[in-house]
Amino acid sequence: MHKENLVLIGNGMAGVRTLEELLKLAPDHYNITVFGEEPYGNYNRIMLSPVLASEKTIEQIMLNGEQWYIDNGITLYKGKKVEEINRARREVIATDGTIAPYDRLIIATGSVPFMLPLPGADKQGVIGFRDIKDVDTMLATASQYKNAVVIGGGLLGLEAANGLMKQGMNVSVVHLLDTLMERQLDKPAAAMLQKSLEERGMTFLMEHATAEIIGAERVTAVRFKNGTEIPADLVVMAVGIKPNTDLGKASGLYCERGIVVSDTMQTITDPKIYAIGECVQHRGIAYGLVAPLFEQAKVAANHLAKHGIARYVGTVTSTKLKVTGIELFSAGDFTGNEKTEDIVFKDAASGTYKKIVLQGNQIKGAVLYGDTVDGSWYFQLMKDGTDVSAFRDTLLFGQHHLGDSGHNPETRVASLPDNAEICGCNGVCKGDIVKAITEKKLFTLDDVRAHTKASASCGSCTGLVESLLAHTVGGDYSTTPKTKPLCKCTDYTHDDIRHGIIQNKLKTMQAVREHFEWTTPDGCPSCRNSLNYYLLCAFPTEYVDDAQSRFINERVHGNIQKDGSYSVVPRMFGGMCTSDQLRAIADVADKYEVPTMKVTGGQRIDMFGIKKEQLPAMWKDLSDAGFVSGHAYGKAMRTVKTCVGSEWCRFGTQDSTGLGVKLEELTWGSWMPHKFKLAVSGCPRNCAEATIKDIGVVCVDSGYELHIGGNGGIKVRVTDLLCKVETEEQVLEYTGAFCQFYREDAHYLERTAPWIERVGLEKVKKAIVDDAAQRKALYERFLISQKPAQIDPWKARAEGAEADEFTPIMIEA
Amino acid sequence: MSKWIEVVELNKIPVLGSRLIKTRDMDIAVFRGSDDQVFAIRDACPHKGGPLSQGIMHGTSVTCPLHNWKIDLTSGNALAPDNGCSNVFPVKVEGGKVYLQLVIEEAPA
Repeated sequence: MHKENLVLIGNGMAGVRTLEELLKLAPDHYNITVFGEEPYGNYNRIMLSPVLASEKTIEQIMLNGEQWYIDNGITLYKGKKVEEINRARREVIATDGTIAPYDRLIIATGSVPFMLPLPGADKQGVIGFRDIKDVDTMLATASQYKNAVVIGGGLLGLEAANGLMKQGMNVSVVHLLDTLMERQLDKPAAAMLQKSLEERGMTFLMEHATAEIIGAERVTAVRFKNGTEIPADLVVMAVGIKPNTDLGKASGLYCERGIVVSDTMQTITDPKIYAIGECVQHRGIAYGLVAPLFEQAKVAANHLAKHGIARYVGTVTSTKLKVTGIELFSAGDFTGNEKTEDIVFKDAASGTYKKIVLQGNQIKGAVLYGDTVDGSWYFQLMKDGTDVSAFRDTLLFGQHHLGDSGHNPETRVASLPDNAEICGCNGVCKGDIVKAITEKKLFTLDDVRAHTKASASCGSCTGLVESLLAHTVGGDYSTTPKTKPLCKCTDYTHDDIRHGIIQNKLKTMQAVREHFEWTTPDGCPSCRNSLNYYLLCAFPTEYVDDAQSRFINERVHGNIQKDGSYSVVPRMFGGMCTSDQLRAIADVADKYEVPTMKVTGGQRIDMFGIKKEQLPAMWKDLSDAGFVSGHAYGKAMRTVKTCVGSEWCRFGTQDSTGLGVKLEELTWGSWMPHKFKLAVSGCPRNCAEATIKDIGVVCVDSGYELHIGGNGGIKVRVTDLLCKVETEEQVLEYTGAFCQFYREDAHYLERTAPWIERVGLEKVKKAIVDDAAQRKALYERFLISQKPAQIDPWKARAEGAEADEFTPIMIEA
Repeated sequence: MSKWIEVVELNKIPVLGSRLIKTRDMDIAVFRGSDDQVFAIRDACPHKGGPLSQGIMHGTSVTCPLHNWKIDLTSGNALAPDNGCSNVFPVKVEGGKVYLQLVIEEAPA
């Protein structure tokens, strides 16, 4: 096959990331040639600050050594600068005369530090802070000289100043304005940062404008416009960066601040030429952070691989300062205006400052100083546009999500010892994770999950692992992409796909995969489960459930146990039972020699250790005694827990057991995005623990309180009050409508608690409480979907359905 | 000595699913891919012995139902980053029937 030629100019993070993404999608499509001006492989530029501070070595920040280029058949011209792009002949020419022809070209020339045009700026010892060469110069200077002046009190300037101070130099930071990092911090946070850096020995000359750099061959001092002067052996200019558009301009590509590109990262002048990274201007913005580059790289790679479906629509960015011991985070519009409101927490003594800017109950920006553990959570809420009114009063205290196993919000990853257990499910310690991240060069949460299993099971330590990743690799990597694809087989999100299914009436999994151009022929365990559910939810009377796309528990209607046996839980409506029913269960247990029985938290009886081939016979006996499946194994309605209620209890206000039975009769058998539990308490003493269920009904004298979105699992979450109703009929209608709204809106494997936190309680209230017509429509759809769902799967299998599944083949060998 | 043994009709194995074969001394899972290719593997995940026959098949791999290890059905190897291997057995389809090649040990006299 004829391969096209792809040339990359710029061996930095953006360009090489594009190649990595491209090789994943289309490994054999191109002959690839890379030109890099620096004499190295590809390294992590944002980690130069820790190198300067001697916290990391160059070796540790290399991303792709030369072997990588060889392994992938890429021609690397390192130390070669491209001088010209001949667009007519489609070739690039380097200063040493090397010529490379291209069919497609990627320009990723990055940015250059902005050097102030001061008198004396060309003297020895005056540098920018951009590459390994600059770091080497700084390190060499530090070993011989004493006084360093950093011009610019922004992110980069402070990181440089911190590093030079660590190398033993006296460092003065010169800043034009009266607050540090004014593009990332508000005044109070900047003041705290300045104080903290001063305590470490850094000197600040605020509101100082540099006039001249003094010295013979080498710099000796810096003079300011106010006439004062300070000694200097090294001057680092860190007043900003500008996109490196020289080559683009010279080649006739349209440039403004950066090389102007479209949403597919192609230059608007020449579609054969892509531009990516800091040299680019997209929709008027030139980015100087790493997260946007990665998103751009994905889009360009997708396009280069001729998938042609991805578009870059811009990135919301956040910032972290990489100065050890200083925790700082900012994102979005943190200053606010007349339309916004601030929530502020400030404790100068402990060095903590938090400010969240809200507009219309959505987060518009945040600044955190001292305690940044919740930065990524706020950032996600901001990007999702989540309505935070329901938890506004506790917003500043963070997501009670981080901790040893999700229960201790105070833990700070940086201060944890290496043997601290991060992932309680898989027993993974901090040291293991850090080691894997550094040794295997992991970047993303998915990588860390694959290699260490940390946060790969229940997920409650996800926040901790993300913090650890950010801390180890550098802040910008922590950014979770705004739109998370459904799984690795597609770039589309859960929401895209659900809408697509309904809009285009895609009624089979194959149709969905074709429509959305899946990258795998028959999907993966993640998407097969999700799609099967989405189709079942969208077309309850038409779609034929695909057994092979169900996890084993749902496929065989029992819970698989560690030895491969199964457990059987018959449904006991509302937790009520009769002596006859208990006797029937006892008889079944005797007949099948059940080794272990247990009363479950959901008020029914679990029988363990059942062999798969025994299941249909056992179900027949249970079915004959009047039992149906308890769905204890499914992403489905599980149980309705009840307390005694007005029938017997001296405090009971309503018939909680009777209502529980009615609710379970209404909802049993329903497939849900995740497991789903109900409870009914007969009075506000709440003995049925209704306020940690997906739906909890608390009976009061005047009616029924409906609570939603509770969870008693990994992360305990108390329900939100949806509304109060007066009759049992209303309880049933509201419950059915809520079930259906959750079924239609939540992502697969998203429980009601995180779902409500994502979409906001207001949205749910609007649909169920405020809009009677929508509530009735939802309830109606729920009833329709319940008809096929309430055919008991146990009875069906006892009568011979899916017999092969339960019948092993015996052979004499 | 080894010999080919007829075990099941192809259409008795669900597409992207499996059937469990019990021999005298072990359990073997026989899978059928979306293109009717068949695979036979010892029904024990190299991780903690989970029954692979009960997992979800995708492409030419199966995901173990216990802890989500992914096992390549052609080689029996766990997919990276996990490490381990389960035995695979020669298997073929002829005339709509699936044959499995097993090593038969002579019964002791």
